[in-house]
Amino acid sequence: MKKLLIWLPLALFLLVFALVVNGMIEPSDRLVRSAMVGKPLPDLRLSPILADKPGIDTSDWPKGKPRLLNVFASWCIPCVAEAPQLLKLRKAGAEIDAIAVRDSTPDVQAFLARNGDPYSRIGDDHAMRAQLALGSSGVPETFVIDSRGVIVDQHIGDVRAEDVPKLLAALEKAK
Amino acid sequence: MRRAVAVFALLLAGSAQADSSVPPSPLAYTQLADPDQEAQAKALMETLRCLVCQGQSIADSDADMAGEMRALVRQRISAGERPEQVRSWLVERYGDYVTYDPPLSWVTAPLWIAPLVLLGIGLLIARRLFKGKAA
Repeated sequence: MKKLLIWLPLALFLLVFALVVNGMIEPSDRLVRSAMVGKPLPDLRLSPILADKPGIDTSDWPKGKPRLLNVFASWCIPCVAEAPQLLKLRKAGAEIDAIAVRDSTPDVQAFLARNGDPYSRIGDDHAMRAQLALGSSGVPETFVIDSRGVIVDQHIGDVRAEDVPKLLAALEKAK
Repeated sequence: MRRAVAVFALLLAGSAQADSSVPPSPLAYTQLADPDQEAQAKALMETLRCLVCQGQSIADSDADMAGEMRALVRQRISAGERPEQVRSWLVERYGDYVTYDPPLSWVTAPLWIAPLVLLGIGLLIARRLFKGKAA
């Protein structure tokens, strides 16, 4: 018994060591995923933020074709980083709608003039109500909406080059 | 000299802003007129997690999102909703993670049961020790 007990401190040390190594190799995931994935789009009525583009009204959501819903803001730096990828998605035929979080018309105009405009519609979410209704906890986030208006996927953070084929596949699957 | 100029230029440069310039909703920083409703709203805010500053409640945080969540709570409470309705509206969207008062479910059961089990073990140990002394 005593002979075995002598190994106990070493065993405890190895256990703690393994925990630390595991924490370094796989840092814990702090992303807050939306619980709305799998549910129909919530009721959103967002006025247009630009004069020449419609806003977002989920009561007449265009059904029949899957779409992306991009939550972005002109003051968000990763949103600048993902802009070229969104343009690529648009070129590949994806329909992209947007929710502009706590933003102003001139800021959004300047942002789109500088980074390109992949959006079909942009809703003005000045008080983050739509973002909260979607279960989104930051910018940028991209939701995949299927052809019946159900949220089927959520991409958290900026869309990178390697995410483009994944999102296109998700859109294909959502038909 | 060039280094000094570079350092001076750095001092002049503004920091990168990662927050909106749009002013927060009035209810983010203004209490409700009805003290009862404000008390209910405040109690609820203290048990809701700020999603961008995850160790804090929305009552404690100055993050944009926490402010808008406070405004949402106050708006819904003043419209006559009960605090539990507001909480479940948020849980529906963010999962149990958003509340610091987790509901009892299979996943959270250990949280609720473990203290009782530990208390039971403590009582058992105490009884044994006291018995030993009496004898």
